[in-house]
Amino acid sequence: MKAAQVIMATGNNAAALAVKSARVDVVPGYPITPQTSIMEAVAAMVENGELNARFIPVEGEHSVLAAAVAASAAGARVFTATSANGLLYMHEVLHMASGGRLPVVMCNVNRGIFAPWTLWADHQDSMAQRDTGWIQYHCSSNQEVFNTILQAFRVAEQINLPVMVNFDGFAISHCLMPLTLPPQEDIDRFLPPHEPGWRLDPAHPSSFSNVTVASEYAPFRQMLSDDIMASVPLVKEAAQEYKEITGMWDGDTIDTYRLEDAEVVAFAVNSMAAELRLSVDILLEQGIRAGLLRPRLYLPFPSEDIIQALPQNAQVMVLDRNYNFGHPGGILAAELKSALFGRRNDITVKNRVMGIGGIDLTRRFMAAEIRAMMEE
Amino acid sequence: MATSIKKLPDIEQVLSGNGACGGCPATMGLRMVGKALGPNAIMLLTPSCSVASMGMTPKLGYNWPCINITFASAGSSASGIANAVEIMKEKGRFQGELPTVFTWVGDGGTYDIGFQALSAAAERNDNFIFFCYNNEAYSNTGVQRSGATPRGTFTTTTPTGKRQPKKNMALLMLEHHIPYVATATVAYPGDLYDKVLKAKSIPGMKYIEILAPCYLGWQFDMHDTVQMSRMAVRSGAWLLWEAENGKISFSNPSASIISGKKAAESVDDYVMKQGRFNRLLKGPDAAQRIAEIQGDINREIAFMRERAKIVY
Repeated sequence: MKAAQVIMATGNNAAALAVKSARVDVVPGYPITPQTSIMEAVAAMVENGELNARFIPVEGEHSVLAAAVAASAAGARVFTATSANGLLYMHEVLHMASGGRLPVVMCNVNRGIFAPWTLWADHQDSMAQRDTGWIQYHCSSNQEVFNTILQAFRVAEQINLPVMVNFDGFAISHCLMPLTLPPQEDIDRFLPPHEPGWRLDPAHPSSFSNVTVASEYAPFRQMLSDDIMASVPLVKEAAQEYKEITGMWDGDTIDTYRLEDAEVVAFAVNSMAAELRLSVDILLEQGIRAGLLRPRLYLPFPSEDIIQALPQNAQVMVLDRNYNFGHPGGILAAELKSALFGRRNDITVKNRVMGIGGIDLTRRFMAAEIRAMMEE
Repeated sequence: MATSIKKLPDIEQVLSGNGACGGCPATMGLRMVGKALGPNAIMLLTPSCSVASMGMTPKLGYNWPCINITFASAGSSASGIANAVEIMKEKGRFQGELPTVFTWVGDGGTYDIGFQALSAAAERNDNFIFFCYNNEAYSNTGVQRSGATPRGTFTTTTPTGKRQPKKNMALLMLEHHIPYVATATVAYPGDLYDKVLKAKSIPGMKYIEILAPCYLGWQFDMHDTVQMSRMAVRSGAWLLWEAENGKISFSNPSASIISGKKAAESVDDYVMKQGRFNRLLKGPDAAQRIAEIQGDINREIAFMRERAKIVY
């Protein structure tokens, strides 16, 4: 049996290597910072024969996803990636992918959205797509990006839903970290070839996404809603089996650190949650019983797992890297309060918005913020 | 000589029973296309009359697997499918002969909202046939102007008649350096059939535009569809041509009009038969407006005559 290989890779490299390991068939792509180097790496791998796939260099993100969903409907395993306004430009086709039950996997490298112009990370782009019916992971390390793309294909193809794998621009996408590459035969065992139950097939003509009457449309939408909820056990199963095969674990629907007896719980997603582990250490040194809960899955929101995991009477400090316009604070806090309401009345939820447009979030800054929130 | 209508194959890909209007030219055109393509094909549509009339998900009145895609996306989605079937065939996951991938899209989805994706697919020379069935308006939403609507046309969004000429879309596609471009219309089914057959045999991007006189949008009697299609060609309002690897050639009767062997019929009869134009006559500037329509047609004939002389 071959041993795993350890290399140095950026988050975007890690994503491209996962695409290769997943033996993807079709990758439509279009450049946008900070995602671009994923597409460059995939195009190079296709060109030099490392990846037996078709790279389609289309003319905009609406077409990226339109090519992706159509290739998926033809039965191919399809990957693409985008960021910020590219993701917003896809919005219409995001709905077609989920409504059409097409298991496309897409990386969104998080970036603040226009206007005004920014290149750096926040989470407004992905969280603004909450109601498009995509399963959404948010990753906190380069290794997790690699692992999650493979898990995402498995979940997507099991339940016929598209999956978005989010991670922060620059902090993850452009920073080198050690990356463990499991042997290909282990990955093949984890992720078998895509065998869709249905595809566009001249031997079996049928129509796809044309007119429905209300009595047909409504059950379609109900099934979509039900199946998004039903993906939770599949996400857990994929994480567990990936761990059994590769020995690697990033959490399943949630990831926790020092949570068991915490009185103060930091709650955030993506790279800032990795940094928050260090903030928790600072707070622990200061005598504060702190812990971390990171939702790895943003959609479906892992309400049950959060409700089970939070210690009694905890104060949860939600650090949002996005705005929930029309409400004070951020989107994660609203999601968390909605999950806890009537279920965990012992929990106090406090919220601050920070790190917008890539403002640096250091362990000391976030530890100080949490201390200040404790006084509120 | 074009294949005689009597010699077209019996195969029917448009099955009996669908929701199209009587005299629908899109359905007639698709029927001819089906005779040339046969059953081994994958069809893409965008929201339009041909989707609204094909049947309810997942059933359909066309004997192909069909996907209705987002309106702006026929070009990019066809690229996705063409690439998908080719790579799956290479990997042994697609059995049998590779199917022809084709789009069936109205003029709105071609000239307007779909232009960007179509242009990019043509520039990439992806392997499919893009069919535009052109009824010169957004007929499915109740007849609004599009980039294909000729000057002088009354639509619900040009209530005094359109003031701008239409684009020459087929020529724009030719300038993308794709291997095959053709125009056709339903009054010349053999010509259309031959062009589709030829397109099917050519790898890369092919563009075929079919003029589709729509009785509802053009306001004529529905039994006159074929006659209206013929009058469009005889008046020179629609030119039948094809271009293989950039070389333009005209088929009759357009060839005779271009060569000057036969004069184009005056546009008057063609205009008078259509409610979408003849309302111009009620205006004080009727003579000038009709002259503009004739002027646009004369200009296109003159331009295409000269353009066809350029061979690269």
